[in-house]
Amino acid sequence: MSVKEIFNTMEYGPAPESAAEALAWLVDQGDRFGHFIDGAFTEPADGFDSRNPATGETLATLSQATQADVDGAVAAARKAQPIWARLGGPGRARYLYALARLVQKHARLFAVMETLDNGKPIRESRDIDIPLVQRHFYYHAGMAQLMEEELTDRAPVGVCGQIIPWNFPLLMLAWKVAPALAMGNTVVLKPAEYTSLTALLFADICRQAGVPKGVVNIVTGDGVVGEMLVEADVDKIAFTGSTEVGRKIRAATAGTGKALTLELGGKSPYIVFDDADLDSAVEGLVDAIWFNQGQVCCAGSRLLVHEPVAEAFYAKLKARMDKLRIGNPLDKCIDVGAVVDPVQLDSITRMVESSGAGEVYKSAAGLPISGCYYPPTLITGLDTSDPLMQEEIFGPVLVSTTFRTPTDAVALANNTRYGLAATVWTENVNLALDIAPKLAAGVVWVNGTNMFDAAAGFGGVRESGFGREGGWEGLMAYTRPEATDKPLNRLVPLEGDGAPADAIDRTAKMYVGGKQARPDSGYSKPIWSKTGALLGHVGLGSRKDVRNAVEAAQGAAGWAKTTGHLRAQILYYIAENLSARAEEFGHRIDQMTGKRHGAKEVDAAIQSLFTYAAWADKFDGQVRNVPIRGVALAMREPVGLIGALCPDEAPLLGLVSVMAPAIAMGNRIVLAASEPFPLVATDFYQILDTSDVPGGVINILTGSHSELAPVMAAHLNLDAVWSFSSTDLSGVIEREAAGNLKRTWVNNGHARDWYARDSRAFLDAATEVKTVWVPYGE
Amino acid sequence: MDTNSPSQTTTTLPQVTEPRNPGMELDMQWVRAAQANTSAIERRAATLPGRRSVKKDFQAAWLLKAITCIDLTTLSGDDTANRVRRLCAKARQPVRADLLAALGMDPITVGAVCVYHDMIAPAVAALQGTGIPVAAVSTGFPAGLSPFHLRLAEIDESVKAGAAEIDIVISRRNVLSGNWQALYDEMRAFRTACGDAHVKAILATGELGTLRNVARASLICMMAGADFIKTSTGKESVNATLPVSLVMIRAIRDYYERTGYRVGYKPAGGISKAKDALVYLSLMKEELGDRWLEPDLFRFGASSLLGDIERQLEHHVTGAYSAGYRHPIG
Repeated sequence: MSVKEIFNTMEYGPAPESAAEALAWLVDQGDRFGHFIDGAFTEPADGFDSRNPATGETLATLSQATQADVDGAVAAARKAQPIWARLGGPGRARYLYALARLVQKHARLFAVMETLDNGKPIRESRDIDIPLVQRHFYYHAGMAQLMEEELTDRAPVGVCGQIIPWNFPLLMLAWKVAPALAMGNTVVLKPAEYTSLTALLFADICRQAGVPKGVVNIVTGDGVVGEMLVEADVDKIAFTGSTEVGRKIRAATAGTGKALTLELGGKSPYIVFDDADLDSAVEGLVDAIWFNQGQVCCAGSRLLVHEPVAEAFYAKLKARMDKLRIGNPLDKCIDVGAVVDPVQLDSITRMVESSGAGEVYKSAAGLPISGCYYPPTLITGLDTSDPLMQEEIFGPVLVSTTFRTPTDAVALANNTRYGLAATVWTENVNLALDIAPKLAAGVVWVNGTNMFDAAAGFGGVRESGFGREGGWEGLMAYTRPEATDKPLNRLVPLEGDGAPADAIDRTAKMYVGGKQARPDSGYSKPIWSKTGALLGHVGLGSRKDVRNAVEAAQGAAGWAKTTGHLRAQILYYIAENLSARAEEFGHRIDQMTGKRHGAKEVDAAIQSLFTYAAWADKFDGQVRNVPIRGVALAMREPVGLIGALCPDEAPLLGLVSVMAPAIAMGNRIVLAASEPFPLVATDFYQILDTSDVPGGVINILTGSHSELAPVMAAHLNLDAVWSFSSTDLSGVIEREAAGNLKRTWVNNGHARDWYARDSRAFLDAATEVKTVWVPYGE
Repeated sequence: MDTNSPSQTTTTLPQVTEPRNPGMELDMQWVRAAQANTSAIERRAATLPGRRSVKKDFQAAWLLKAITCIDLTTLSGDDTANRVRRLCAKARQPVRADLLAALGMDPITVGAVCVYHDMIAPAVAALQGTGIPVAAVSTGFPAGLSPFHLRLAEIDESVKAGAAEIDIVISRRNVLSGNWQALYDEMRAFRTACGDAHVKAILATGELGTLRNVARASLICMMAGADFIKTSTGKESVNATLPVSLVMIRAIRDYYERTGYRVGYKPAGGISKAKDALVYLSLMKEELGDRWLEPDLFRFGASSLLGDIERQLEHHVTGAYSAGYRHPIG
């Protein structure tokens, strides 16, 4: 086309970014790659091709890791770990700083490589992915520097197995590797088989930075390699990917003692209120669902529009969709690039075609003739019951429905198994700040979307996984308490056949919904003193009692909305009433345990109540220092409904130590009392009855831990299960918890000192950090 | 979108190609509903240059288009008839003939010449037969604080003197005090006074305080019959910016969608680089469409932009970076 013709048509024309440097690097490496183990690349072996999805061309041949490769990588990481940890935070900070610098120096090479390998537009890899990678290494260089000063009681986890997805290959590597290295861990990372090239380039960068050998190891291959890594001798698995695979990993690591963090799928709501800046909200959707071809776990893929503006909004949206440019991802004028692989393209196509519901609108912008492309698509008029409103499509397909009121919007938004992110558009600060805490999501963006930063935690609730990446909370996933664990022996009930200790029979019931409840089973068992006297009977709790208790707890939803001050008052009141009957409770403990620690234990329980009453209004959120004009609020929110198997060995103190932080933070709890010594728990509900605890907030069951634990762990309406039982239940709990990916906190057969001051661990477990991004400016 | 041929757009007056916006009743419900989320608008403006890139021949063609959209401007206390004649000569032949020939282009001109009232006559004389309209700033430019009847009289005088376009300034105080009716009435009166001359409403966005005010003032000026809305006088401390432009052109889009009338847009002040001009053109193309890439609906108010574009064009032709003195000054 001549200049004169272009002058008339005013077309954009091609603006290609050169792939020459990236292709030259691949040629320099022989176009064939081994794994990066113990500081060196292994000989390339049998494997698979890595292709450019935009053209179908083979970029390089990669090796499929064998068991020996994985074992070798883990062994190298194991050997390197103590040395890396002993190097100290400031020593590690220098390497992380060097990595940040080197990524920055080779920024364009990384960006072009990422686009070649993944198909995402060069604008995104150049302006978003790679700058965020640098930011992550800089930020965590700082975290390494501060570790010894700020995280005095935390130690590295050890060797971390990390499995990352193909949608943000290098960025997900940075999210995993930077915090792990900063905290003194070593890593074995498996990139996704479609997109391993930038990880291999990063390995090269590690060599240039002089990172000690064995600290970073990279093995390539498909899901089979991932399974090997999960089974390997690692201390932690960090996984980002699909919920389906996350569930398998949860089950596979159950009971192994391996730490686990999962960042999984989503179907994130994008809520537009009638007072929003509609043009900006439309533009936000471009960043929400047409960013990275919609292959984003936190993509705002479920559009909820306020009825009064729905028609106008859809019209604007469709007009904007027609303006999107789809094509060669290396072109600087492209908004939507290629889908990562023909397999993914098929999956998107099948999902959309299998649904006949709603009105489908596809962008009028043309698609390239060949290559892996899917048009930006909007499907309006769907109902919540349509599979497309529930299932993650993981492509450039936006589904939508309308709502009437803010309450309606929240109900629709939360009607999902996922809970990764949410977006809210309104010019009304009251509405925005009212809605944000009500949304079941780990991240909420107000008047913006897909904002990320190393200083702000990212991660989900519900089946979007657990654990956070970024911010101070992200470090929890790569550290553990410094103290070494002692084994916990199973405590068995005392035996006896003597006469009752009390002249008049007392019936110890369970406590459900603020009322005493007989066991559904109709069975009880005797509790004997050391001398063989009958102390009483407790009900044998069964699955029906768990069901009833969880229902009662569900009904007490208002507790989460109470103020910290009120919750503190109630905890103090419990302490006050317990103190008034301290002697009796101490005696009861002594009777049951046959020891003389009762008085001390009651005193410690009162202390514990005071401690968590103190914390109730002090476990604050934070404002995170993110590089925007605005605030990123790290809000501490209650986890929700917690099931807990109380410690056997400290029947009152243990129960209180588990219960108090949970309710102080606004959770509701179902407690399974100490199995051998339950009577102090059944006495305790009388204290609760007189302390203004709303019914359903605290529920107490008695019976066999092995019977109650799997029911609790499998219950889809419980958000977390904790176990401090002396029965070894960690495996069954973690396995059953895979059902709804509830948070678990289990003792793995290790004892805990209930007299120690470690409220922080409990407060962390009792809360989720929700990051609420509020950019502002007038 | 339909596109005019270059010969049409460079040689005919704007009013010939597009039905004029007659205005409408003041619709306060619409005005009050206008929203502008500053941080979101800034994000869009900040990412646009990274989303759209025009290279090689395409860039040259776009830069030539930008020239045809320039209101070549001199608004100085020391303007003289001869100074204006020199500017008009440049307006008639903004790019060296050898460069145009190398680019395979027919002759082009700028969109208009923009001057103060007293310079209208020499400008009209110098542009005789070229079809290049003379635009005059008016209504007590730049502050707009002279007596109202004198401001109307000024328009009248300028139209009589031969100005085909009148750039009026709104009374910022009406926006800042929320006196929307007064803003509407004033604009209506200016429009009537202009008669057949096209009227560009200068909002002086740098003095309106908020982007929401910019959105509201844009809508009201269009409702009152503005042919163009324009950011600034060039005399405020903050002139044309991308976020302000985004707000104004989105208002233009809404107005077009509701009324069917296309209103033009003129960013003015602070646009001095060829690269900026390309970003503005892509902003218009993205948000409003190709129809708004012609001089009857888009103008740059600029004095030094042309010089930078000429250097870029010579670079495109020769491959060597150019120097300012190689191009005739205006």
